[in-house]
Amino acid sequence: MSDLASTARVVRALGARSIRQTFRRPQLISPIIVFPTLLLAIQTGGAGAGVELPGFPPVQSFLQFMLAGSMMQAMMLAGNSGGIAFAVDIEMGFTDRLFAAPIPRFAIVLGRLAGTAALGLFAALWFLAIGLIFGAEIEGGVPGALLAIALITASALAVGGIGAAIALRSGSASVVQGLFPLVLVVLFLSSAFFPQELMIEPARTIAEYNPLSFIVEGVREPIISGIDATHTLEAVAAIAGIIILGLVLSARALQHRLRVG
Amino acid sequence: MPAIEVAGLERAFGEVLAVQGIDIAVAEGEIYGFLGPNGAGKTTTVRMLTTLLLPTGGTASVAGHDVVAEARQVRSSIGVALQEAALDPLMTGRELIRLQATLQGLPPASGRKRADGLLERVGLSDAAERRVGTYSGGMQRRLDLAAALVHEPRVLFLDEPTTGLDPVSRKTIWEEVRALNDDGTTVFLTTQYLEEADQLADNVGIIDSGRIVAEGTPEALKGEVGRPHLELLVGEGAVQEAERACAGLGKLLPPKDGKRVLLEVENGAADIPRVVIALDEAGVAVESLELVRPTLDDVFVAKTGYHLEEEEDAGAKEAEPA
Repeated sequence: MSDLASTARVVRALGARSIRQTFRRPQLISPIIVFPTLLLAIQTGGAGAGVELPGFPPVQSFLQFMLAGSMMQAMMLAGNSGGIAFAVDIEMGFTDRLFAAPIPRFAIVLGRLAGTAALGLFAALWFLAIGLIFGAEIEGGVPGALLAIALITASALAVGGIGAAIALRSGSASVVQGLFPLVLVVLFLSSAFFPQELMIEPARTIAEYNPLSFIVEGVREPIISGIDATHTLEAVAAIAGIIILGLVLSARALQHRLRVG
Repeated sequence: MPAIEVAGLERAFGEVLAVQGIDIAVAEGEIYGFLGPNGAGKTTTVRMLTTLLLPTGGTASVAGHDVVAEARQVRSSIGVALQEAALDPLMTGRELIRLQATLQGLPPASGRKRADGLLERVGLSDAAERRVGTYSGGMQRRLDLAAALVHEPRVLFLDEPTTGLDPVSRKTIWEEVRALNDDGTTVFLTTQYLEEADQLADNVGIIDSGRIVAEGTPEALKGEVGRPHLELLVGEGAVQEAERACAGLGKLLPPKDGKRVLLEVENGAADIPRVVIALDEAGVAVESLELVRPTLDDVFVAKTGYHLEEEEDAGAKEAEPA
C-alpha cells in the first residue's frame, strides 16, 4: 500500500473515531445541534417581525433568513467541540498513542479536522432539513443547497484548524472550552443573525470586515435569492484564508508539542 | 547489534536536567528492567526512546535506528504501552485495537484478524464490544498491551505496566511479558516495583535523579551488596551460646534483637546443614531458621542511600486524597 493511501486510511479512521467520540459524549454534540436549534426556534418565534423593518433584505420568511446563521453557529461550535475533544485526547495521553505510530504526525491533525468537517456537514443538513420541514424555501434549488452545505463543511474544517491549534498549544480542554463565549461574540459581530445594513456602529463596521460575514453571506445567498458568484467567491476566499491560518498555526503548535513533550 | 543503544542521553526542561547523560545497552531478546522512584527520569527516558520527546543531548538508537534522524523507522519497530494506559474510554476494545492496526499500516482484513487474535490472547474477547471506560484497571492494561503488539514489534516499551494493579492482575501481565519475551521480543520495562524487576528482568538499570547508579543482572547486583545470611530464632538467653556454636561457620552480623542470630554464609542454602548440626551439638534449640538473600532494595539503598519502598510509600501517601 502506498504511503498516500495508507495516510488516507489513517485520516479516515481518525475522522471516524472523532465523529463517534462526539456522538458518544453528549457535552460535545449538544452545543452543535441542541443549542443552535433552540436559538433558531426562539429567534424565529420572537423576532420574526424583523423582516418588516425597512432595509431588511427581501426574504420569504425570517426562518429562511436565519438558516445560514444557525448553520454558522453550529459549524463554529463543531470547531470548538473538535478542539475540546482534541485537548481531552492530549490530557488523557491518547495522542501519545498516535504520536508513537509510524504515520505522518500531521495526519493526526487532519484526522481530527476530517471529523470536524463531517460534523459541519451534519449540521448543515440538519438545519436545511429543519428549514424545509417548517416551510422555508431554498431559492437556489438543489445546487444552492449543495453550495450552502459545501461552504459550511469547509468552514467547519477551517474553524476546526484554529481549535486544533489552540488544543495542541495549550493541551488543556478547559482553555479550549473557555473560548466558547468568544466564539459567540465573534459570530454575533457578523451578519449571521442580523442584516449588516441594519446594524449600528461600531458593530456594523466590525461585521463588514469580519470574515465570518463573508462566509455567512455566501451561505445565505443561495438560500434567500439564488447562487451569486461574488458572494460565493468572497466566502471561498474567507474560508481559504482561515484554513491556511488554521493549518499553519496547527503545524507550529504540533512542532511545539513534540519539542516540549 | 543491541536492540537499544543509548550514549550520553540527556533531557533538560529549562534549568532542570531530568536525564543526565545515561548509557544503556539492551541486547536483542532481553528484558531490561529500568528501576527507580517517581521522578527519577524513567518516563522521560522512555519518551525519548519512543520518539515522543526530543533529547537535548546524547544519542539513542532503537532496533538499529536513530531516535531523532530515523524516528519513523523506530516507530515502525516498537510497541509502546505508556504509564496509565492511554485509552479512550468511549471506544470499545475492538475499535481501539482495530484503530491501532490501521495506525500501524496493517491492511484492513489482516488488521481485523490480528485484532481478534490479540483480544483472544489477552482474554478480552467477551468484553471486546464494551466501552473501555467500563473495563477494570487490569483489563485496561491488558488491552493496552494488546494494542502495543498489533504489528508484532521487535522492541516493546512498557512504562510501569502494573502500577496500581492488584496482585492477580499484576501476575497476569508478568506472564504475558514473559511469553512475549519467549517469542523473541525485546522488552524495556520501567518499574518502581523491586519484585517486578527481580522477577522479570535479565538486566536491571537503577536510575536515581536522572543518573544510572547501578546496572547488571539482578543476581550480580545483589551479589555486590553482600552474601545471603541465615536468620536463626533461638529465643532469649540462647543467643550467646548460638553465636559461639556458629563462630567459624560464617560471619556473625550485628543482632537485630535479643532472640536472633544473624550469620552471613558463603554458600547460601548449602551451609544450612552444617549450621543446624553445630547448633544441635551445642544443645541450642532453634525455633525457626530463614535464609535471607540480599534484595534489589539492598542494592538500591547501597547505591542511593535510601529505600525505594519508602519512596513509593511517600509517593502513595502524597497521592492519597485528603
